[in-house]
Amino acid sequence: MATRRQFIRISAMGAGAVVAGAAGLKLFGSGITDGQKATFAALTGRTPTYCEVCFWKCAGWVYKDGKGSIQKIIGNNEDLNCNGRLCPRGTGGVGMYHDEDRLRKPLIRTEERGKQSFREATWDEAFDYIAEKIKVISAEHGPECIALFTHGSGGKYFSTLLRALGSPHIAAPSYAQCRGPREVAFQATFGEALESPEPLDIRDTRCLVLIGSHLGENMHNGQVQEMSDAIDKGATIITVDPRFSTAAGKSKYWLPIKPATDLALLLAWINVIITEELYDRPYVEKYTFGFEYLKEHVKNMTPEWAYGITTIDPTVIRETAREMANAAPAVIVHPGRHVTWYGDDTQRLRAVAILNALLGSWGRRGGFFRSEIFELPEPPHPAYPEPKRTWRTEFPDLYKLADTVLANGVCDATVPDPSRNCKFQGWIVNGTNLMETLPNQANTLRAIQELQLLVVIDTMPMEITGWADVVLPECTYLERYDDLRVVAHRKPQIALRAPAAEPMYDTKPAFWMARELAKKLGVIEYFPFEKMEDQLDWQLRQVGSSLEEMKRIGVRTFDRAADNLFFYPDEDVEFYTATGKIELYSTALEGAGFDPMPKYTAHEEPPPGFYRLNYGRAPMHTFSRTSNNPNLTDLMEENSVWVNPRVAKEWGLSTGQYVHLVNQDGKRSEFPVKVRVTERIRWDSVYMVHGFGHQEKKLRRAYGKGASDTNLITKVLVDPIMGGTGMRGNFVTFITDLSGEEVVS
Amino acid sequence: MRYAMAVDTKKCVGCSDCVVACQTENNVPIGYCRDWVVEVMDGTYPQLEIELRSERCNHCENAPCVRCCPTGASHIVDGGIVLVTPNKCIGCGACIASCPYDARYPHPKGYVDKCTFCIHRVNQGMKPACVAVCPTKCMYFGDLDDPNSEVSVVLKKRKYKTLIPEAGTKPHLYFLI
Repeated sequence: MATRRQFIRISAMGAGAVVAGAAGLKLFGSGITDGQKATFAALTGRTPTYCEVCFWKCAGWVYKDGKGSIQKIIGNNEDLNCNGRLCPRGTGGVGMYHDEDRLRKPLIRTEERGKQSFREATWDEAFDYIAEKIKVISAEHGPECIALFTHGSGGKYFSTLLRALGSPHIAAPSYAQCRGPREVAFQATFGEALESPEPLDIRDTRCLVLIGSHLGENMHNGQVQEMSDAIDKGATIITVDPRFSTAAGKSKYWLPIKPATDLALLLAWINVIITEELYDRPYVEKYTFGFEYLKEHVKNMTPEWAYGITTIDPTVIRETAREMANAAPAVIVHPGRHVTWYGDDTQRLRAVAILNALLGSWGRRGGFFRSEIFELPEPPHPAYPEPKRTWRTEFPDLYKLADTVLANGVCDATVPDPSRNCKFQGWIVNGTNLMETLPNQANTLRAIQELQLLVVIDTMPMEITGWADVVLPECTYLERYDDLRVVAHRKPQIALRAPAAEPMYDTKPAFWMARELAKKLGVIEYFPFEKMEDQLDWQLRQVGSSLEEMKRIGVRTFDRAADNLFFYPDEDVEFYTATGKIELYSTALEGAGFDPMPKYTAHEEPPPGFYRLNYGRAPMHTFSRTSNNPNLTDLMEENSVWVNPRVAKEWGLSTGQYVHLVNQDGKRSEFPVKVRVTERIRWDSVYMVHGFGHQEKKLRRAYGKGASDTNLITKVLVDPIMGGTGMRGNFVTFITDLSGEEVVS
Repeated sequence: MRYAMAVDTKKCVGCSDCVVACQTENNVPIGYCRDWVVEVMDGTYPQLEIELRSERCNHCENAPCVRCCPTGASHIVDGGIVLVTPNKCIGCGACIASCPYDARYPHPKGYVDKCTFCIHRVNQGMKPACVAVCPTKCMYFGDLDDPNSEVSVVLKKRKYKTLIPEAGTKPHLYFLI
């Protein structure tokens, strides 16, 4: 499926090349005030970077103290992702550098997997070990039996390595464990995925609708900033969440919905908007396909119907629908980000997309803008060999609309199964702690035991490193060059990451590691530049800049190729769907054998004495990645389990008390977790911040602090459309007797 | 000149970025802080209200910490900023006990430390680190004697409160409500 985003990519590249030739690229200043300059002079200089603590990748400046040690990181004013303001994690990124528990030397396992016994090795030994195994696997099974899991900048280079060897299996848990259903739903509806950062014009919206999306607790920086701008301008916020989130506290309407019933509410909103003729009629007529089918489909899905499912008062459902329509088209029904909840997530996100289409917010100010990306020329290298097998050809009937490799799919296909004639033999894991990322840990461990090779590249001794055959210690983002950051935004921008300090210990950048392995495996021609800085300079010179210039400015902004951020009035727009229209009725879903319009199905409910396990984020942490960071642990060192006072009374629980959680399958939390009795959570569910309860003792600050939600997610509700792993169908109860157990605190 | 800060509780999300930014700007040791975030929740599910606010030294006009300091280490400088001179401080802790806002802490090096409104930055025309970093731009800083300063403007426009007014400290930290 060709997307608009891809189309703009191509045109932006063309325009960029032309303008660069004329040396006329508009360059914006780096936006530093005189006052700031005075401070910079007092410090020993600054180095541009973009953040690696989360996926938002804000650009900033790294400052060192008089002794040459990294002291602080400040946002780059030119950067559209952060507007000069990093979030707590970005500001606390210094802690990643200073963390004394960092991996220091390459390690090779000396005993069986799971036993934490490693010996320190030289880089050469480590590479020989890996290269030898890769050669054996490639000869015996084919290179395509090696997969990469990545959630970090370094993944790019290992991806090049694997493709050069002939494997297309590059998996990112950010798809099937996170935003995949959203991308498929928006692609099916509008013909393009949303990508990151999402093109949401929150700052100019008049109504922001959040469905389980906890902006402010998830610090998606630019969006949190724009939500604040919208509050300043008096926008209405409507929050749907069984928990009184921070965003709910800033909302005109908080809908304390019964968990797992969001789709019924969305369909009722669609019903009201159609029945009361609140939709944007000219927009719907001009741009959409299937309105009459939709009208018929939702005719009985009234607020009264939804009331019995969601527990939301029909009057409130109508009122909020009207509130959205009054604000339209400056309204955003937020697509969310981590949306793998119940296994029908693509359909729920379809309802979100449809609602936005009816309100006419796509392509309109205060709704969704048309982002642009500036893509840089790639260093020249030979074409990648054609893979002999791909996951797609091996599983033709599964997850038909998945457009990327599924991390959980690779995991499943690593366990031998009579239905498959091959299985994965080797994993390379970069920047993702699979033990805390993939649900159903037992399954992940079973797969790991089947591997001939497991290589982990990380900065910290995360749980996954304990299972590796070889651990390669990566230097932090503050100590290395990486590819330029290229993101789609209101204007196309590129940002540089340069090292502010020499790598500590015996750590190295992933680029160097992948290139050294390429040498040993005879595919060095895919890495034409010996040094990252030479590659960057070459790329930058193609577009009229240079490494020297980027070191000075950090972020460069380019002019847009298309002049309109939004649709012109009555503009003819062709959408990248089969009908060329916004598909309220999805021909793509229908063609793949799925419901063309979303239907509500009831999900399993907790048995008596059990509560639905909901999880989310705290603003100062990213996944399980930051829970040992000294600066960020200082803000929050453990998670707690939120319990409604009525439930607490039933169980005799009080705030501060430690309990174990045990789920419907008898899986018990590895560590006790502190109770937080609060009115902020519904009585039928509990809530935990994700990323705690580390089992790796080498993480000295994080070990044993709090409980891991992932550990309790043994039941996975898989989305048949794209393979997303729904993780909100697990129920937990309390074990209050902790006699004989020591609590780490 | 009277420096003051206003924190918009309607915008603050309690992310604690102000706390980390202060730590890295002012070398506040891990485990201590000069500013912090308070969450106040009221009501019964589902009728709930929450207030989030970033707190720090109130830089009081009538500062108990300055009055009770036996050595003169705690003092008020031009602009009304309350400061501690580390080498004059004997670490007796009287100021910590007298502060109604619990804004001071004993620094491991033996003196009492607290928010300075980032006077080193303010003197160079910059905003305090917490104000400059805040993703929600919920903090306003400036001179109350200048009617056009952003803090004066926002206090004219919005309803606000101060903390523990009954202590009679005349605080310079305002909360927009």
